[in-house]
Amino acid sequence: MIDFENVTKVYEAGNRALDGITLHIEDGEFVFLVGPSGSGKSTIIKLLTAELEPTSGSVTVNGYQLEKIKKRAIPAMRRTIGVIFQDFRLIENKTVFDNVAFAMRIVGASNREIKKRVPYVLDLVGLENRARRLPNELSGGEQQRVAIARALVNNPAMIIADEPTGNLDPARSYEIMMLLERINALGTTVMVVTHEKELVNRFTKRVIAIDEGRVINDGMDGYYTYEES
Amino acid sequence: MTEWMGTILMKRARKLGYLFKEGVHNMFSHGFMSFAAICVTVACLVIIGSFSMIVYNMQLMVQDLEQRNRILVYIDENYNTAEAKSVGSQINLVNNVQQAVFQSRTEAMERFVAQQGGGEAYAGIDASTFRDRFIVTLEDNALTQQTVDALRQIKGVADIAARSEIAEGFTTLQRILNIGSVAIIVVLLVVSLFMISNTIKLAMYDRREEIGIMKIIGATNRFIRFPYFVEGFLIGVISGAVAFFLEWGVYDLLTNRLMRADSVGLLSSLVPFKQVLWVVAIAFGVTGLLVGIIGSVMSIRRFLDV
Repeated sequence: MIDFENVTKVYEAGNRALDGITLHIEDGEFVFLVGPSGSGKSTIIKLLTAELEPTSGSVTVNGYQLEKIKKRAIPAMRRTIGVIFQDFRLIENKTVFDNVAFAMRIVGASNREIKKRVPYVLDLVGLENRARRLPNELSGGEQQRVAIARALVNNPAMIIADEPTGNLDPARSYEIMMLLERINALGTTVMVVTHEKELVNRFTKRVIAIDEGRVINDGMDGYYTYEES
Repeated sequence: MTEWMGTILMKRARKLGYLFKEGVHNMFSHGFMSFAAICVTVACLVIIGSFSMIVYNMQLMVQDLEQRNRILVYIDENYNTAEAKSVGSQINLVNNVQQAVFQSRTEAMERFVAQQGGGEAYAGIDASTFRDRFIVTLEDNALTQQTVDALRQIKGVADIAARSEIAEGFTTLQRILNIGSVAIIVVLLVVSLFMISNTIKLAMYDRREEIGIMKIIGATNRFIRFPYFVEGFLIGVISGAVAFFLEWGVYDLLTNRLMRADSVGLLSSLVPFKQVLWVVAIAFGVTGLLVGIIGSVMSIRRFLDV
């Protein structure tokens, strides 16, 4: 569950990235967060992952109140969310299996648990035959699937995908979105940050549009509607 | 409760085992940077080690020369041998006297003749020309003048031959060596630490993205830091060991060559490496470890603040 309550973020340089944003995302929802460059999307993600603190207002993620969170509690909070990035952010010298297993190592999973869970998740994202490959031996779409597998492997309550299709062609982008929709159908909350309106419009999901740090549209009627308004 | 604690301990042990393996793996997977860090550390340790060995040898040589700088205490010529010998007990009571060895007039004459290469020119020389004397070795050459003054007060002491300016020269030389060597070693150590920490920093900078990924997927700082600690430990141990054997080989080679070239015995007091083997091993081991561990753990600190 995500709860933003009148959140403002002003950077040290003085620019106001978020200006009193209030939004609420329930468990199990699939949400698109859209907006032009500089609208505040990245700031929202950084607040959700506790890389930044809000200047004012309250941010709650999976029960953690982030404006009050202690530094040592941040890793535990981050384990309740799986983050997917446009540039995949895989560890280059680890195989696909080890990249995914790494997230389980962090929570102290046993080798037996890892050997059972990782192949299952790789199968879920369609990479069961790529386990021993290194990231640079895979296509962009496959690398993004590894990132999704890594985000999923600890069964997080929520997946946050930051421009997950930004480096992919339309066919691969659609496949990734379908995969995220499948993950959502299994009960995981999914938030996709994107500015690809065609992709957004192919799915009938909740779309939150932001611009200049404010929510300007929040509804089921899609990104395209927002652009016309 | 016990079962719960057992599970926690199991998890920790598993993590530790994994992290140790990660540290070893990291060192090899970032082979070039590890190699660079080891090379710089070895070079610095060998430079500091060699300089320290040179200084140590020089100090020993100065001490040896100091030992050879003795003073002669001449006994009143009216004293017979037994009376002259008895003055020795008072000489030994004087502060700073390490040893006083009696030499009779006859012995002094024989020694003199021998030093002159014998020959007939000295055939008729009489022992009474010489005086009974004590050859006195001092504990601290810096106090030569005070000791000479004290010796003059002893009844039966007729004269004293002491080269206090030479003794003072040795003391000054030793002081300069001590201060100079400490200063140079400190400078070398600071420069080495700077070079080593920069090399390790460079290696860590290479991995800032990797650390960022670990942080964002929920790794604790301790989890991230431990493999770097292991890596630093290994780099330190390897560097210390390589530097130690290199130092040993180079030192032995050089001292052997120098001793062979030294026809006048000036370098007879060069310390064999085996005599300082443990000191060098411990010094290199500890320095290598400290530099490796502190260097790697400190270097990743700024990347952990994500």
